[in-house]
Amino acid sequence: MILDTSAYVGPYPFRHLAEHGVDDLVRHMDRLGIDRAWVGHLASPWHRDPAPANQELVRALRPLAGRLAPVPTIHPGLPRWQDDLARARDGEAPAVRVFPGAQGLTPTGSAVEALVQAAAEARLPVVLTTRFEDVRQRHPLDHTPDLEAAAVRTLARLDPQARLLVTHADAAFVEEVHFGLTPDEARRVLWEISWIWGPPDDHLARLVTTVGGNRFAFGTGMPLRLPDGPVAKLDLLDLSATARRALESGNVLEWRA
Amino acid sequence: MLIDVHAHFFTDRSGRTDWQERNASRLAAGRRMGVTAHVASILGTWGTRSPVYFPSAGDLRHANDRLAAMCADHPGVVYAYCLVNPNYTDVALAEIDARATAGFVGIKLAASRRATDRLLDPIAEAAAARGLPILHHVWQHRSREWPGQEASDAIELGELAARHPGTTFLLAHLGGGGDWQVSLRAIHGIPNVLVDLSGSGIDSGMLERAVETVGVERLLWGGDVTQDTALAKLRYLDALGLPGEAMDMIRHGNAERVFPAGCFR
Repeated sequence: MILDTSAYVGPYPFRHLAEHGVDDLVRHMDRLGIDRAWVGHLASPWHRDPAPANQELVRALRPLAGRLAPVPTIHPGLPRWQDDLARARDGEAPAVRVFPGAQGLTPTGSAVEALVQAAAEARLPVVLTTRFEDVRQRHPLDHTPDLEAAAVRTLARLDPQARLLVTHADAAFVEEVHFGLTPDEARRVLWEISWIWGPPDDHLARLVTTVGGNRFAFGTGMPLRLPDGPVAKLDLLDLSATARRALESGNVLEWRA
Repeated sequence: MLIDVHAHFFTDRSGRTDWQERNASRLAAGRRMGVTAHVASILGTWGTRSPVYFPSAGDLRHANDRLAAMCADHPGVVYAYCLVNPNYTDVALAEIDARATAGFVGIKLAASRRATDRLLDPIAEAAAARGLPILHHVWQHRSREWPGQEASDAIELGELAARHPGTTFLLAHLGGGGDWQVSLRAIHGIPNVLVDLSGSGIDSGMLERAVETVGVERLLWGGDVTQDTALAKLRYLDALGLPGEAMDMIRHGNAERVFPAGCFR
């Protein structure tokens, strides 16, 4: 089973996307044999209040419940954000997303820390996105800062129940966080692979050896990026069938359990 | 047949202890992917003794020497671009002359001098005279100066190409960072600029836009520093349902057309 932990639907504020609907997502999943996806709303990180987009997301995915799971965006700077978190928990969302940079929040400020702690208490993992696009190609008005490794370390240390999935991180970022945490803390952090380089630098191969194959999760970044990328990475990696299954979904399922 | 028009290798002077592993990894991944030819350059000493994008005369000679040796070690698999720095005109022209005679198949211009600079003219003329394409490092829509390089963008490369209509230019790594949409607009009507699709960027819409804007006859497949993204783009192009002839052009036909006739044996 392949589980895409980094999929979205909806328009992107800074670039036209020809394909950003649920049908488009499913078509690419079918093409590549991706069974399930955790799906976010792509524009919601920039919304003043992401709740309407979350509702739209839930409605859009409902016909494909079981295959597509909504992962709502929480804005912990808003009043009563706890209601949104409770709605996510009650709706059996597999995780929630927070985007401190796009939401104008300090990644280690009290609002984000409160969310991570509340999510830990609700047994909901938090998805953190390092970046959506390379800084060199961003729209002139997109000043969203990349998430910093120091913030992930701080958030991972907050609560012994906190679980973080970090997407779009490169090898240096992964290493800086992983080796800056205790083994217990590091076990609660999972890394989505879409931004980690394959050959010839072989960053992913190195990380599987040094950080451990059980710390990584499959993710595509659809619809901003070609979903063929992470599949190609795995195809170019020397992995046993068991190890590959772990990266494709087993690690996420075990980490969530 | 599958030709990677944008490959790099390292040497013992590249400042990394794993240089042999990286070279071996590129060749091994290439075999898995079905790459039949890596057209490569070595960027001097990769910043160890002179900057990556401003290689000294000594460093670029070293790079070209070592690449010649790699071609000899991997005949029919590794092909070479002659690295030049336009600030050293005499050295550049001498290198082009010597290396073309030795079988190098193209010229690599990094970012030592803006594409609009007249110092590039003698190099473009030498390329035309020798029938060698120039792979030109491009920052897709350079909106400001970036440290470590005097980068050009597609608008600037277009000016150079317009001044030298008899020279073939390969716009490097469309997916290599920056706004590729601007690049595709900029070179739309400039037939002697082809687009190398390499780079770590795999933005959705980029390949469709490249096909629509410049046409399959001006697209070249390549990897640059990430072969996994190159494989992803190749698979995605297949999934677009392009006719077989179009895929063949991107995979190898266009490269066979713009590099010296019969060089890919």
